[in-house]
Amino acid sequence: MPAFTDHINTALRRVPTWAVYIVFLLPVPYFLYLAQTGALGAEPIKALEHRLGEVALQLLIAGLCVTPLRGYFGINLMKFRRAFGVLAFTYVALHLLVWVVLDMSLLWSQMWADVWKRPYITIGMVGFVALLPLAITSNNYSVRKLGAGAWRKLHKVTYLAVLLGGVHYLWLVKGIQLEPILYMAAILALLGLRVAKRSKRVAQTG
Amino acid sequence: MAMRWKNTLTDKDVTDEATFINRRQLMGSAAAGLGLGSIGATPGLATGEDLVPNSFEDITSYNNYYEFGTGKDDPARYAGALTTEPWSVKIDGLVDKPGDYAFDDIMAAMTIEERIYRFRCVEAWSMVVPWNGFELADLLDMAGVQSGAKYVAFETAMRPDEMPGLRYPVLDWPYVEGLRLDEALHPLTMMATGIYGRDIPNQNGAPLRLVVPWKYGYKSIKSIVRVTLTDTQPPTSWNKANAREYGFYSNVNPEVDHPRWSQATERVIGGGLFSKRIPTLMMNGYADEVSELYAGMDLTKDI
Repeated sequence: MPAFTDHINTALRRVPTWAVYIVFLLPVPYFLYLAQTGALGAEPIKALEHRLGEVALQLLIAGLCVTPLRGYFGINLMKFRRAFGVLAFTYVALHLLVWVVLDMSLLWSQMWADVWKRPYITIGMVGFVALLPLAITSNNYSVRKLGAGAWRKLHKVTYLAVLLGGVHYLWLVKGIQLEPILYMAAILALLGLRVAKRSKRVAQTG
Repeated sequence: MAMRWKNTLTDKDVTDEATFINRRQLMGSAAAGLGLGSIGATPGLATGEDLVPNSFEDITSYNNYYEFGTGKDDPARYAGALTTEPWSVKIDGLVDKPGDYAFDDIMAAMTIEERIYRFRCVEAWSMVVPWNGFELADLLDMAGVQSGAKYVAFETAMRPDEMPGLRYPVLDWPYVEGLRLDEALHPLTMMATGIYGRDIPNQNGAPLRLVVPWKYGYKSIKSIVRVTLTDTQPPTSWNKANAREYGFYSNVNPEVDHPRWSQATERVIGGGLFSKRIPTLMMNGYADEVSELYAGMDLTKDI
């Protein structure tokens, strides 16, 4: 097994970060193409909004996978973690943009009411706001300015944001549906690993 | 007893297949060029009564029919498996002639007419559909409604072998709906058996479904196998799933807020990526016809 993971890690080291950005941004023009050609169905706005939201959630979950992948399987994706985070934020922002401009037709008063009255929208918006400081500080200058410890602490807000994203999805669907439950299960499992590790560490040092 | 309600829209309002194809091409090229989807006819764009029906493709590809899956395209993908021949409807409860009524016998006895109705989903989208069918009142006449009857209960087919969505407990299957008897007898209330003059496709609720145009779409129950006349208010599926969000009446009302979606505006399906929301009309635009049914009721409470 070690030889196998070494191969993977060597290959991963050769992948430049910018390539990850490009590959993971490709779905955006692809979704727009699908929407324009009718491939997203009779109501392309909702479809586009949902696709973007789903990719955002997937990228947030991918970010949560980095540490356990290294810890349990020896696969090192640490180099790409910040890219996953920045990409996830980009998709959340696009998801929000589609909602504001295309879905809600810039009906500000209706949107304002929705943010306060509809819990799933409130939760989604809180998740977006929680990601804002993380997106703003996703650069080496901020790491230096804040100091590595404080920066890392701040970026633990990701845990909250991904949880809110999962609840947002779970809450917005009608009735009991499978997909949001699977996403939520993955999120809880990945957060659970961290809680377990932390309590183990506390037990050892305490 | 057919023809009690006069459609303000006529045959010429129904886009025929050729124009429909042209229109798609027109819209497609306009959208590709400038991102403007509003050249030619935009479905549902309301200028007075000049409603433009949605294309057959829109109506039959964007559906909520959870027995076939919760995705909007799931019904079009999976509903083909539904066997609609033979079909019979059990009519029972407080009727003079209870029994299983064969679909063909029902059709032979009914006068089929065309009704172009707005269709408003609780999810804040809408379409304009040229239905073919008959008034529910005529079907109820066939069975003879007894004087004690106050409500009509409906039930959708439940066939796990043909309906993959039944594997998931999204709702308490089978799907059930209900109307007060006066709502059921209202001339606007119809049983649809066709769209654009063709047999109604399975994803739209073949071979016969209810259409109550002033209520949110989920009241218009599909693929009906049973109609029961009762003296008590029957349970309805979405109300059982979430009573706070879905009431028994479920009349389209832009002033009563739904916890999940604002009902003030709606988007007409078929306008593409840049389709704008339009204001939702009281009772979906049928207030003049149906308001008297709810005289004295507080529509903000009896949702």
